[in-house]
Amino acid sequence: MSSFIRLPKSLVVVLALAILVLGLAACAPAATPTPSAVTLTFYYPVAVPGPITQIIDGYIAKFQQQNPNIKVNAVLSGGYPDTLTKIQTTIKGGGTPPDVAVMLSTDLYSLVDSNAIQPLDDYIKAAGGDSFTSDFYPAFLANSNYQGHIWSLPFQRSTPVLYYNKDMFQAAGLDPNKGPANFQEMVADAKKLTKTDASGNTTTWGLEISSDGIPYWLFQSFVIGGGTNVVGTAANKVTFDTPQVAQALQDFADLSTQDKVMPTGILQWANMPNDFVNGKAAMIWHSSGSLTNILKQAKFNVGVSYTVGEKGYGAPTGGGNIYMLKGIPADHQAAAWKFIQFMTSTDIQADWSINTGYIPGRKSSMDTQAMKDYIAKVPQAAVAPAGLQYAGAELAAHDNAQIQKALGDAVQAVLTGKSTPADALKTAQQQADQILSAFKD
Amino acid sequence: MNETIKPGRSWRPSRFKPQSILNTLGLLVLAIIAIGWAIPMLWAFAVSVHPPDEPLSAANLWFGSHPTLANYAQAFEIAPFVQYYINTMIIVVGILSVQLVTISLAGYAFARFNFRGQNLLFFLILLQLMVPSSALIVPNYSTIRQLHLFDTLLAVMLPFFGSAFGTFLMRQTFKTIPRDLDDAAKMDGANWLQTLWNVYLPPARPAMIAFALSSISFHWNDFLWPLVVTNSQNSRPLTVGLAVFTQLGEIGAQWPLVTAGTVIVVGPLLLLFLIFQRQFIESFLHSGLK
Amino acid sequence: MTLRPRASIARTERRFRFGTAALPYLLIFPTLLFVTVFTLWPSLRVVYDSLFLQNQAAQTPQFAGAQNYTALFDDPAFRQVIVNTFVYVVVTVPLSVLLALVLALLLNQKIRALGLYRLAFFYPAILPMVSAATIWLFMYTPGYGLINVFVEFFHMPSQNWLGDPNLALIALMILGIWKQTGYFMIFYLAGLQGLPHDIFEAASLDGASTVQATRHLTLPLLMGTTLFVTTIAVVNAFETVDQIYIMTGGGPNNATAMLLFDLWQTLFSFLDVGKASAISVILIVVLLVFTVTNFIYTERRATYE
Repeated sequence: MSSFIRLPKSLVVVLALAILVLGLAACAPAATPTPSAVTLTFYYPVAVPGPITQIIDGYIAKFQQQNPNIKVNAVLSGGYPDTLTKIQTTIKGGGTPPDVAVMLSTDLYSLVDSNAIQPLDDYIKAAGGDSFTSDFYPAFLANSNYQGHIWSLPFQRSTPVLYYNKDMFQAAGLDPNKGPANFQEMVADAKKLTKTDASGNTTTWGLEISSDGIPYWLFQSFVIGGGTNVVGTAANKVTFDTPQVAQALQDFADLSTQDKVMPTGILQWANMPNDFVNGKAAMIWHSSGSLTNILKQAKFNVGVSYTVGEKGYGAPTGGGNIYMLKGIPADHQAAAWKFIQFMTSTDIQADWSINTGYIPGRKSSMDTQAMKDYIAKVPQAAVAPAGLQYAGAELAAHDNAQIQKALGDAVQAVLTGKSTPADALKTAQQQADQILSAFKD
Repeated sequence: MNETIKPGRSWRPSRFKPQSILNTLGLLVLAIIAIGWAIPMLWAFAVSVHPPDEPLSAANLWFGSHPTLANYAQAFEIAPFVQYYINTMIIVVGILSVQLVTISLAGYAFARFNFRGQNLLFFLILLQLMVPSSALIVPNYSTIRQLHLFDTLLAVMLPFFGSAFGTFLMRQTFKTIPRDLDDAAKMDGANWLQTLWNVYLPPARPAMIAFALSSISFHWNDFLWPLVVTNSQNSRPLTVGLAVFTQLGEIGAQWPLVTAGTVIVVGPLLLLFLIFQRQFIESFLHSGLK
Repeated sequence: MTLRPRASIARTERRFRFGTAALPYLLIFPTLLFVTVFTLWPSLRVVYDSLFLQNQAAQTPQFAGAQNYTALFDDPAFRQVIVNTFVYVVVTVPLSVLLALVLALLLNQKIRALGLYRLAFFYPAILPMVSAATIWLFMYTPGYGLINVFVEFFHMPSQNWLGDPNLALIALMILGIWKQTGYFMIFYLAGLQGLPHDIFEAASLDGASTVQATRHLTLPLLMGTTLFVTTIAVVNAFETVDQIYIMTGGGPNNATAMLLFDLWQTLFSFLDVGKASAISVILIVVLLVFTVTNFIYTERRATYE
C-alpha cells in the first residue's frame, strides 16, 4: 500500500529526456562570429546532381581564406521554387532573410514586388561600371534589368540545345558535323532519321522535345527562332497572342501529329536524355547542362547544335542568378558584395561550369586555361556559350509562376489536341492580361 | 461494432468456416497478384545497384552488367541522409514524448473528473479529428513564422503536441479501469499524479503502444507540413530530403541514383517492419478499433 | 484489507476534491492549448483570410468579400481540380475497399506462407508516399518502365502514362490503390477473425454455399469494418498531394491537380494567401460534410442493429 506514496522516478527521467529532445529541436545551429567578423548566410538551390555541396564548400573556403573577416554559412535550400518561396515569405513575415541567394533570373519582378532584393548599381559602378558588366554575356544580363537598375548577376545559367546522334546522321546521309539550321531542315532531317519496323511501330524517333514541367521554356526556342519573343522588357506585358507565336506552337504540335517524327502527347523532360542515349531518339532538345551526363552514357558520337524556329537558331536563357537581399545590415552588404563578386569571378565561373555543366556568366571564363583544357577534351562544351548570340530573354513578368503556367497550359492543351494554337494562346493572353493588369509597370 | 481481437492468436484461420473458396487456380492468381504488389520495391532495389554509366532500357532493366554500390556512395555525397535520419528521429520521438504526456493528462481528466464545461471542451478537442492539419497549412505556416520558428525541428513538431485521437483513446482506456482501484489509491493518500502513474497508466500500456506506433508511422512519413516549414538540412526530415534529392531535374532522371536514395530512405523502415511485423500490424488494428 | 468507516472515506474524498477543483482544467490545458493554436484558431483564420485579397499584386490585404471564391469557381482550372478530386475519391475508395475485402477473404484460409502474402500486400502502407511515388514515377516511364514492359508483354503499345491527360489521373489512382489496399486488408482480416463460428456452421448445415454464406452472413457482419476503412480511404483521398508533387506537378494541363495540391501551389508558388485560404475553406467544408454525414449514418445504423 505504501507504494502509492513513492514518487515516480521514471517519470522524472522521461520528462528530462523529453525536455532534452525539445531543447535540441528548438536550436538552430548558429555560427558564433568573432567580434569583428561578419557571417553571411547564403541560400543556394540545387538542380543538378553531383557533389554540389562539396564544390560550394570549396569555393567558400577559398573565399574565407581571401577574406579572413567574413564567414559564409551556406544553406542548401531545396529547388528554385522552394528557395524563392522561403525567402519571400520570410520577408513578408518580418523575419531575417539570408544575405545572398541564388534564384532564377526570372524571379526578378516577383522579388522586386516583395521588396526582397537590393539593386547592385552602386557596387557595380565602384567596380568599374560598364567595364565590369561588359564581360558578362548580354543574353544573361537581360533578365537583370528593371526600373533602370541592375539587380543580379549571372551565376548558373543554361540554354536549351539540340543534341544529335552523329552516327545516325551519317547513316541517314546527313552531315554529322552540322545540326539543322532552321525548323524546316530539322523536320526534314527528323523524317530521314525516324525508323519504323515491319508492323509499323516506330523504333527510332527523329526528334523528341518534352513539354511537361515548364513547357514554356522549350517552346520559347520555337518562338525566338521565329524572330520574335513572348515577352519584351516590360514586366507587365506579355505577347502570347500573335500570329508568329501561334505558328511556332503549330510547328511544335505538327511534329507529332503531322510530321510524325515525335511521339504524341506530353513527353517528360526527365526521360529525354535516356531516350537519346538508348538510341530511341536521334535528336533531343535539352539543357546545355545535360552534356556531361549524356557523354558519360552515350556509346556513340554526340553532336551539339542549336534549337531552331522558322527563321533559324533561337533559344531562351535559363538558370539562376545571384542576388543580394534587402534589409541586411550595412557591414553585411559590403561583405555580401565581395562574396557576389567572388562567385561571379572569371575563374570561379569557369570552374563551376566545368564541374556542373552550366554556362559561365563571363566571357573571359572561356579564355581561362582550365576551360581551354576542358574544351580540348570535350569540344561539345564550346557550343552552348557560342550560341548565346542567338539567345533571347526568358519569359519573366510579375506573378511569374502564374504567367508561366498560363503559357505552359496553352502549350500542353495544343499538344494534347484539346485546343488550336490560336484559341489556346488567346486564352493564355486573357489570363495573363488579367493577372498583369494589377501591376503598374 | 464489437469485434474483438485476441493478440497472439490473430492469424489462425477459423476452423468452422464455410467451404474453402480457394482452389489451386485461385492460389495461383493470388500469388501473381502478390508478386505484382511486391515488384515495385524489388525493382527499386535492383536498379539502385545498376551501374550509373549504363543507360536503362527494355533490354537492360535490372541489375545491369555489373551491380555496384557507386550509386549509394554518390547519394550520400549529394545529400546528407544521415542528418535527415537524425532529424526525422528527433521529430518523431519529440512529438511522441510530448503527446504521451498531454494525452495521458487530458484523458485522465476527461475520464475521471467532473468539471464544468467538460463536454464542450471535449467536443472542441475532438474537432481536431474533423479538420485535418493539411487543410490548415496556410495559417499554421503563418503562426510558425510569427513565432520565429521557421526551419527548426520544433516547427515540424509543434502542431501535433496535442492529439485529439490520443486523448480520446486514453479517455476510453481509462474509463475501463475499475473505480475501486482509484479509490484505494486515494485512501492511501496518493495524489492525482501518483494515481495516474500507478493505477491508470500500467493497464493502458497496450493502448499507448498502439498510439505510439500510429503516431510514429504518421509523422515519419509526413511530407507536406515539413516541406512547408523546413528549409535546410538543419530541420529537413527524410521525406522532404528525398523530394529535394529527386528534384535534381535539370539534366534528366538518373534512376540508379534516385532509387539508391529511395532505398536509403525506406530500407531501414522495411527492415524494422520485417522484424516487428506482428506488433506493427496489431497496433494498426488496435488504434483503429474504437 | 481493513475497511474504513464510510464517513472517513467521504471526508477523504471531499478533502481531495476540494483542493483540486482547478486540477482537471490544468490537466487538459496543454492539449487544449495546442489544439486551439493549431486547429481551432486556424480554422477560423482561414475563413477570415479567404475574404481578403492578398497576393503578389495586393501585398497588403484588401477586403474582397466572396471574390476569391467567385474567382475560383470561374476558373476552369479550379473546376478541373474539383472534378479530378471527385473522380479520384469515387474511383479509388470503392476499388481499394473492395479489393481489400476480396484479398482478406482469400487470405483467410490455411495457406502456406500466409505471412509472406500479408507482407507483400501490406508493406506499401508503411512506406512514405514520396518514396512510393518516386518508384512509381520510374515505373511509368515510357519504354522501359515496368508498367509499360508489362503492358507491352500483352502486345499493347507502351503508353506515356504521366504525359497523357487521359491516363495521368488513372496512373495516380493505381498508385493510390496499390498503396492502401493492404492496409485495409489487414482490418478485414481482423474482422473476419472475429466472426462468430456457429452461424457459419449452422449455415453450412442448412446447405448454404460458400458464396451465399459470404454474401448474406460475412459481408453484413463486416459492415462496421467497411464503414471504418471507407472513412479512412475518403479522407486519405482528399489529402492526396505527395504523389502529385513528385510525379506530375498537377499536369499535364491540370489533369492531375487535386484540392490539397492546388492549395499548396496557390500559396507557395503563386503566393496568393487569400485564394489559398478560400481553397482551404472549401476543403474543410467538404471534409466536414463527409464526416458529419458519415457519423449520422453510422449512428443511425447502430441504433437499428
